[in-house]
Amino acid sequence: MTEPPPHPNWDVAVVGGGNAALCAAIEAAEAGARVILLEAAPEHMRGGNSRHTRNFRCMHHGPLSVLTDTYDEDEYYDDLIRVTGGKTDPDLARLAIRESEAALPWMEAHGVRFQPSLSGTLSLGRTNAFFLGGGKALVNAYYATAADLGVTIRYNAKVAHVHIEGGAFRWLALEDGARITASAVVLASGGFQADLDWLARAWGPAARNFLIRGTPWNRGEVLRDMLDQGAESVGDPTQCHAVAIDGRAPKFDGGIVTRLDCVPFSVVVNRACMRFHDEGEDVWPKRYAIWGRLVAAQPEQVAYAIIDAKARGLFMPTVFPPETADTLEELAGKLGLDPAQLAKTVAEYNAACRPGAFYPTELDGLATDGLAPPKTNWARPIDTPPFAAYTLRPGVTFTYLGLKVSARAQVQSGHGPLANVWAAGEIMAGSILGQGYLAGFGMTIGTVFGRIAGQEAAAHAL
Amino acid sequence: MPYDSTPKATSPATDEARRQLEICNACRYCEGYCDVFPALTRLTEMEPGAISHLASLCHNCRGCYYACQYTPPHEFAVNLPAALAEVRQKDWEDYAWPQPVARLFHRSGLALAAALIAGFAALIAAIAALRPESGEGFYATLSHNAMVAIFAPAFLLPLIAVSISLRAWWSAIGGGRVGLADITRAAQAAGRGRNLDGGQGQGCNFEQADRFSNARRHAHLATLWGFMMCFAATSVATLMHYGMNWPAPYGFWTPPKLLGVPGGILLCLGSGALMALKLRADPALGATRVWGGEMGFTALLFFVSASGLVLYAATGTAAVPALLAVHLGAVLAFFLLIPYSKMVHGFYRFAALMADRRGA
Ligand SMILES: Cc1cc2nc3c(=O)[nH]c(=O)nc-3n(C[C@H](O)[C@H](O)[C@H](O)COP(=O)(O)OP(=O)(O)OC[C@H]3O[C@@H](n4cnc5c(N)ncnc54)[C@H](O)[C@@H]3O)c2cc1C
Ligand code: SF4
Ligand code: SF4
Repeated sequence: MTEPPPHPNWDVAVVGGGNAALCAAIEAAEAGARVILLEAAPEHMRGGNSRHTRNFRCMHHGPLSVLTDTYDEDEYYDDLIRVTGGKTDPDLARLAIRESEAALPWMEAHGVRFQPSLSGTLSLGRTNAFFLGGGKALVNAYYATAADLGVTIRYNAKVAHVHIEGGAFRWLALEDGARITASAVVLASGGFQADLDWLARAWGPAARNFLIRGTPWNRGEVLRDMLDQGAESVGDPTQCHAVAIDGRAPKFDGGIVTRLDCVPFSVVVNRACMRFHDEGEDVWPKRYAIWGRLVAAQPEQVAYAIIDAKARGLFMPTVFPPETADTLEELAGKLGLDPAQLAKTVAEYNAACRPGAFYPTELDGLATDGLAPPKTNWARPIDTPPFAAYTLRPGVTFTYLGLKVSARAQVQSGHGPLANVWAAGEIMAGSILGQGYLAGFGMTIGTVFGRIAGQEAAAHAL
Repeated sequence: MPYDSTPKATSPATDEARRQLEICNACRYCEGYCDVFPALTRLTEMEPGAISHLASLCHNCRGCYYACQYTPPHEFAVNLPAALAEVRQKDWEDYAWPQPVARLFHRSGLALAAALIAGFAALIAAIAALRPESGEGFYATLSHNAMVAIFAPAFLLPLIAVSISLRAWWSAIGGGRVGLADITRAAQAAGRGRNLDGGQGQGCNFEQADRFSNARRHAHLATLWGFMMCFAATSVATLMHYGMNWPAPYGFWTPPKLLGVPGGILLCLGSGALMALKLRADPALGATRVWGGEMGFTALLFFVSASGLVLYAATGTAAVPALLAVHLGAVLAFFLLIPYSKMVHGFYRFAALMADRRGA
């Protein structure tokens, strides 16, 4: 016979310290629960990937806060279905969308401030509400609110094990061996993308060359532990969301500034100086995500976007200056590429360019003729020195594998729901985002399900 | 010493600010906090002059520091409030005229104190030498003419020095022609402390780290308005003395006192609060090497106003001569230090606001 559980020291334990965890902790504390929040990172790195975010996508009828016009449920849902190719749980997705409208005022009431769409992102002014100061400011506001509500916050508190017994959670073990008991637990510890070994097992050894755009602390210990104990999973375990970013970015935490928007105005070649995909397939916001995979499939997981002087200033400024040279041969030398081959590839591309009007901000149909692969928009010759090059590498945003949850964010096992375990944010986002990604939806999922999980966990505990 | 008006080449402080601003320009998350970021996104080239302009637009509210995902120990090591403070400080020193005085005073609060004592000494000497046979009020201690002889140059010379510096700086930042609209826009921004309000009225991240507070904005506004009222009181009194043949002393219900007393109280409270806040704020988010100089300057403002109020309260007592010497000595030191102390920030900031013609 197992011993009776010790009297829990806490009503609700929240595992993680990003947006989803904080929303859950705040809701639970407001419901009157005694809450402890366990963040693996030290204080100065708290907030997971949430501290890298800039906005969240929000349904609304008529202007709401900084959002203009109307963005209704059906349009939002259609946008989602388009990017996930239908790999979406319609009920959970619609729930997230519908609840996003009430989430915005809730966020404001709990310290988050919004600002109008950033310069260079005006196309998002109707659908996405931007955080004043970005995600770290949001995280700071929530930590302050949670502290004011009496939530106990522990940093450097990595959870190593969530003990499940008889269909229910009993206690947590921290990495340092300490045990924490609580009546209910909310798991909000993100994906596993920072564990390169796991990524390499899932994707293949090439994954070791990937850069991780966000926190080094999301290593999936809790996800793994839960799956090992029979929790049901959703999402493709082999896939991650990867975009093409500046190859000089740090291994972790490079965040938003490492993005490169120059691809549509460039030719992109691999280490063999060969083109491999249509750079002008569509406007960049709709294509940046596929380029992560494309680059990942190239030798050494690296590629080079080559532009000429005409393209300067057509895209958002970059964090690192490009490599520049007066000739393509010299540029190739600086990049460690074969000068003759680069010049040849560009010359072939130039020869395939046709006269026509060039419109950088819309699909202009200025396409190459007889080139494989073609460039179907913005195809102007690369002929005006100085030439410039950016190195591209895959940057992982998040992984898709997650815990399966109910509409009340309750974690499911093969034998039905776990009595007192809820999950929110990236750790369960696979329930909604089977593939693809819709800008601003990660924070919507975390906020909506974080709130639900916090409410449910508190209701269970009290 | 001839003033060197050749454009200042780039410096380590400017290079460091440029490095960080390039990161910000690729990020832009802080766009809504203040005037720096919108001005940054409009730049086509990050030249030293443009960086100087941005630096003086920054009011060190620190919102962008606490919001930044790239602060040290991140390898991008962004600390924009400190980087811009270093550029501002460098500009105030590089453009100050004449140079040796400038560097001496900017560096340390000790130099400030020394100037203050020198001011006292000069006054005491003046009092001894020029004591009038007869006179009323303060003039029983120091004749009005002696006071003017000391203070007119002490006031005018610093202003001349500041204008020489500011002109050179203005051309370096490419300030262009000043229109009335520029002045009113800048006056409105400065008068309300707009760049200290966090963009939405929540204030600075100053004395409470990542929590916002309007304490610094309020203290700064009290200091600014208090100072302006004291300045107005002196100006009105001068006009009354020469223009209306109505010499001091003035009763309470006269413009100099009605402006000066509340002004002095505001200045006293404001500068006192600024010191208290500065003690609680993280020094690493400012220009660390001049922390002492800045504190000394604020202390001097506090001392000027407090000694003025004490002097007023002591009217008619035997303490007046000594208090007057102390107060006037502090005022003297203050005026002489304008071009070479934190006080000069007001001129540069105002100019920077005038040159920020977004949407204009
Ligand atoms: C560069 C970048 C930009 C992005 N921009 C946006 C955007 O603009 N809008 C948007 O909607 N989404 C964006 N996303 C996606 C978004 O970051 C995520 O969807 C969202 O932050 C997930 O929130 P979360 O709380 O689930 O996870 P996180 O914010 O990552 O939080 C996970 C937390 O769990 C902690 N943790 C991990 N393991 C343990 C453990 N074992 N024990 C204890 N704690 C643990 C971590 O330290 C962290 O605090 C972006 C992602 C990146 C990388
Ligand atoms: S201070 Fe940091 S968060 Fe703010 S704009 Fe600059 S890089 Fe971005
Ligand atoms: S410290 Fe404040 S005023 Fe200065 S740049 Fe940052 S946000 Fe703007």
